[in-house]
Amino acid sequence: MDKLITVSPSPHIHSGQSVEKLMYGVVIALVPAFIVSLFFYGIGAIIITGISIISCILFEYLIQKFLLKTEVRIADGSAMVTGLLLAFNLPSNLPWWIIIIGALVSIGIGKMTFGGLGNNPFNPALVGRVFLLISFPVQMTSYPVPSGMSTPYISNIEGFTGPTPLGILKEGLKQGTPVAELMRDLPSHLDLFVGNMGGSMGEIAGAALLLGMLYLLIRKIITWHIPVSIIATVFLFTGILYLINPVKNADPLFHILTGGLLLGAIFMATDYVTSPMTPPGMLIYGVGIGLITIIIRVYGAYPEGVSFAILIMNGFVPLLNRYIKPKRFGEEVKNG
Amino acid sequence: MLKTFTKGGVHPAENKLSVNQKIIDLDLPASVSIPISMHLGVPSKPLVEKGSEVKVGQLIAAGAGFVSANIHSPFSGKILKLDKSLDTSGYKRDSIFIDIEGDTWLPEIDRSSDIKKEFSYSAEEIIQKIKDAGIVGLGGATFPSHVKLSIPRGRKAEYLIINGVECEPYLTADHVLMLEKSEELLIGTSLLMKGLKVDKAVIGIENNKPDAIEKLQKIALNYKGISVQALKVKYPQGGEKQLIKSILNREVPSGGLPVDIGAVVFNVGTAFAVYEAIQKNKPLIERIVTVTGKKLKKPSNFRVRIGTPIKMLIEAAGGLPDDTGKVINGGPMMGKALPDTSIPVVKGSSGILLIPAEESKRKKVEPCIRCSKCVSVCPLGLEPYLLMALSQKSLFERLEAERVMDCIECGSCSYICPSGRPLLDYIRLGKSEVGKIIRSRKK
Amino acid sequence: MNSTVLYTILSLSGLGASSAIILYFVAQKFKVIEDPRIDDVEEKLPAANCGGCGFAGCRNFAEACVKSDDFEGLYCPVGGNETMAAVAKILGREAVEQDPRIAVLRCNGDCDVRPKINNYDGTLSCAVASALYGGDTGCQYGCLGFGDCVEVCNFDALSMDPVSGLPVVNDMNCTACGACVKACPKDLFELRKRAKKDRKIYVACRNEDKGGIAKKSCAVACIGCSKCFKVCPYEAITMANNLAFIDSDKCKLCRKCVPECPTNSILEIGFPPRKEKEELAAKDESTSVIDKVIDPEKQDIQNTKEE
Repeated sequence: MDKLITVSPSPHIHSGQSVEKLMYGVVIALVPAFIVSLFFYGIGAIIITGISIISCILFEYLIQKFLLKTEVRIADGSAMVTGLLLAFNLPSNLPWWIIIIGALVSIGIGKMTFGGLGNNPFNPALVGRVFLLISFPVQMTSYPVPSGMSTPYISNIEGFTGPTPLGILKEGLKQGTPVAELMRDLPSHLDLFVGNMGGSMGEIAGAALLLGMLYLLIRKIITWHIPVSIIATVFLFTGILYLINPVKNADPLFHILTGGLLLGAIFMATDYVTSPMTPPGMLIYGVGIGLITIIIRVYGAYPEGVSFAILIMNGFVPLLNRYIKPKRFGEEVKNG
Repeated sequence: MLKTFTKGGVHPAENKLSVNQKIIDLDLPASVSIPISMHLGVPSKPLVEKGSEVKVGQLIAAGAGFVSANIHSPFSGKILKLDKSLDTSGYKRDSIFIDIEGDTWLPEIDRSSDIKKEFSYSAEEIIQKIKDAGIVGLGGATFPSHVKLSIPRGRKAEYLIINGVECEPYLTADHVLMLEKSEELLIGTSLLMKGLKVDKAVIGIENNKPDAIEKLQKIALNYKGISVQALKVKYPQGGEKQLIKSILNREVPSGGLPVDIGAVVFNVGTAFAVYEAIQKNKPLIERIVTVTGKKLKKPSNFRVRIGTPIKMLIEAAGGLPDDTGKVINGGPMMGKALPDTSIPVVKGSSGILLIPAEESKRKKVEPCIRCSKCVSVCPLGLEPYLLMALSQKSLFERLEAERVMDCIECGSCSYICPSGRPLLDYIRLGKSEVGKIIRSRKK
Repeated sequence: MNSTVLYTILSLSGLGASSAIILYFVAQKFKVIEDPRIDDVEEKLPAANCGGCGFAGCRNFAEACVKSDDFEGLYCPVGGNETMAAVAKILGREAVEQDPRIAVLRCNGDCDVRPKINNYDGTLSCAVASALYGGDTGCQYGCLGFGDCVEVCNFDALSMDPVSGLPVVNDMNCTACGACVKACPKDLFELRKRAKKDRKIYVACRNEDKGGIAKKSCAVACIGCSKCFKVCPYEAITMANNLAFIDSDKCKLCRKCVPECPTNSILEIGFPPRKEKEELAAKDESTSVIDKVIDPEKQDIQNTKEE
C-alpha cells in the first residue's frame, strides 16, 4: 500500500464477521441432517442436493452476469444455502428437471426479481418449493419409502413410494379413523426422532436437525426466539387440541417431529432476509407460523402447512419491522 | 460480584499492550500550538498576544460562554503568534503558538509529590476552583466539568460515579493512573462528592484490571462513602449511560441527563485533575496518554503536556513503524483517525493508537442481509440498519422518531456488521442533520 | 334463467350499486374545496418537483403563489421568467423577473495540481468525509470529488469527470435550482448570473489560507495577492480572508483580471482564445483587440463563429 496515512471514520476495528462465515455456518449445521437422509435415502439424497445446489449457483451467476449485469456474488454462500434448503424440502426421488425448475424459480423469481441478496420479502427456497408443490403435486408428494443406501433414485416405482406420516394421518382422519388406531401404523416417536419415516430429505431427522440448531445457537448464527416460539406455539396449540379431543387430534410430540416443522422452524423461518429484525417481532412471527401451520394441518386441505405458514408470515414481516420496535434504553422521552 | 448492562454490547479483543508500563514523563518540545477549542462548547478567547511571556500554568485563554473552559499554558516561553493550525478536528483551527523557553512554573503551583488529604472548601468554592483550572472531562468527551457540577434546578444528585472502566481496547492510561495515583484519585473523588453535595460515590472498574480494583478497594476503606464496583468486561461498559445502568440499575431517560436519575459521572483522570487543581493549585496542563499499537516498539503510558505534538510521543515509544496505516487519537472503537502526526495532544487525548497498514483497510461493503446483528448489539436499543437507510434517504423526521439522537456513537453496529456496512458513518450524518433541525426549532 | 345466475347477477349488481352510492356520498362529505386557480398555476409549472423554489413540490409552490398577495420570495428557477409570466397572467399580477443563473463550481483543484497527502478509506460521500476532516489533500476547502452533488441533481446537469476528479456542470441542463449548493458540504457551488453564450469568469477557489500555504497545497489556489482586485474597472472583485471573489452581478466579463492572476486561479469559460502574450495588451488599454473584448454585449451574432 501507499506510504500515506489512512484516514477513515470510526470504528477502526471489525469483528471479522462476514456473510460467507454465516452462510457456510448454516451449511455445516445441515450436515447431520444430510448424513441422516443419506443413510435412509441413499444415492437420491446426493443427486437431489447436488443438482439443487449447482443449479441455484449457476442461475444466480447467469442472472447476475448477463441479465442484470451487476457484480457476481456467488461466493458469498447465499445461493448455496438456498440450493441446500430447497433440496431438503424435496422428496429424494424427484426428477432432475423438476429440481432445476425449482432452482430457477427460487433464485430467479424468489430472489433476483426483488434485487438480489437482502431484498427479497419471501424465503426463496420456499417460493421454489411451493411452486413445485402446486405445479407437480404428484411427484412432490410421492416420497420414497426409506430403504437405506440402496434406495433407488427413480420416482413412482410401485411399492417404493408412499406418503408421509402427516399424509397418512390426514387421509385416515378424513375417513373417520380414530387417531389411536392410526398411530399403530405410523412410525413411533423414536422412529420419527431419528428419521425412520417418509418425508422430504430435510424433514425426517428430528435429532439431526436439533443438533444443527445447537450449532447455530453456539456460533450465534441464529437466536433462540424464532425456533423456540414456533415449536412452543405448535406444542401448546396441538396440546390443547389433543386434550380436547384425543380421538381426532394427534399428540403434540407427533406434530413437532413430523412434517417440515423442525426444518422450517430452525432453518427456513430463521432466514435473515425474510425474518423480523427485533426480538419481540421474532416472537410474534414465530407464534404466527405455529398457529397457521396447525390450522392448515388440522383444518386445511393439505397435510402439511409449514411452508405456507412461513411464506404467509414473511408477508407480515415488513409490518412487524415497522411497528414492533426493540425495547429502547431509557424509554421515557424528555421534552426539549 | 460482577455487574454489567443488559442490552447490547460487543467483545473486541483487549490488546492492552501497554498494561504494565509505568508512567513516563516526556521531554519538552521546542514549540507548540495550543488549540483554543479542546472542549465541548464555545471555543475559548485568547488572553495573550504575540510576544507575551508565559509561565507554566498561566491562564492564556478564558472560557467564553456558559459551556466553555479556561486554557492554561503547559509551557513557559513566548507567544509566537495566534494563527490557524491543524488540530484533532481534522481542520485548521485557531491556536496559540508558543516558543518554549525553559520550564518556569507559576510559583503558586505545588510541584511536590506530597499527598494533601485535608480540605475545607465549600461546594461552591470547589466548583469555582474547578472552573478556574479549566478542567474538562478527560474520558474523551471534554465536557467542561464545572458545568456538569452545576446541577440544574429541580434535580438532585444522589450518587457520584467515577468511571475507571476504560472499555476501549488498547488504552491503559486510566488503569495506570488508578495504580500509581490511587490516594490522589480518592481525594479528588471526595472533593467532587463535596462539590456535588452527595455522600455516596462508586468507582466502576472493568474486571480486566484486578490490581486496580484490589488497590482502590483497599484504600477506599479509609474514605467514607466511596466504594469500588467490579464490572464485566464488555464494550461499551464505560459509556456513562451503560455505567449508570450497571452500577445503579437506573436508565438515563432518552433525551435526558444522568442527573435526571440522580447520578453524575466523571472519569478517573478528571477526578485526579480535580485533586491537582484544588490541592496543588495546578490547572489542567497535562494528562496521561497511552501510546500503543501492535507494531510499535515500546507501547507506553506517558505523562504529556497538552500541546505536545503527537509525533514526539510516537518517537518516545520507539518511532513510527514502517507500515503504519492509521494514527488514531483515542481507542479503536471511537477514536478519530488523524491525517498528520504534527497535530498536538489535546485535553481529550486518552491515547494514540497506531494501526498497521494491513489492518487499516475497511471491509468491502456488501448489501444488508437483514441479519439484525446490529439491532442486537446496540446498547441503546436502536435499529442501526434502519437509521442508516433513513439517513441515506434524508428522512429526518422519521430519523428523529426512531431516536437517532440517543445514539452514543459507540460503533458496536459497524463493528459487528457481516456486510461491512458503514452504519455509523450515516448515523452520524443523520444525527448532525436532525440536531440542526432540533436547534432551529428551539429558536 | 337458472336461479344461480339470477342470484349472482342480483347480488353483484346490488353490491356495485351500493358501493357506488356510498362512495358518492363519502366523496361529497370529504371533498376538499380548493381554489381552482391552484390547478391552473400548477399546470404552467415545469413539474420537476425539485424544490428549487424552496417549496416541497410544484403544487405547494402553486398554492403559495395563489395564497400570497404578490410574488415576494416566490420564483421558479427552473421555469424562469417565462413560467413566472404565465403564472402572473393567471393571477392577474405583475410578473417578476430574475436574471437567469447557472451553477458554478468554485474549485479547480484536480488531481494534477492538488496532490494527495493522505489516503481516505471511508464512505465515498462528501458529507461523511467533510464531517471527519479536511480531506485527503492539503487544501481543506477544496472539492472532495465523491459526488454528493451529482447524486442530488434532478436535471442531469452534473457529472463527475473521471480524469480531474471534479464535477462538471452541463450548462444546457442546469436550471439553477440550488440543490447542489445545499448538498456541497464545502459550499463550493455558486449560482452565478448567466451571461451571453454561457460565458463565465470566476475565481475557481475558496481557499482562505495565507498565500504561501494555499499555493503549497494546490498550484492553482487563490493566494489573495489582490492583483485582480487592482485591475478590475468595475469594482466587481472583493478580497476577504486571503481570497478574491468576483461578483457576477457586477462583472462585465472584460477579462482583464484573468491574466493578472499569478496562479491561474481565475477561470474564463466560453471565450475565444487569446492572442499571443506580446500582442495582448492586458496591461495596456489601447489596442483594438481589447476594444473587441471589453464589451462582449455589443458583439453581434456573427461573432459566434469564432468559438
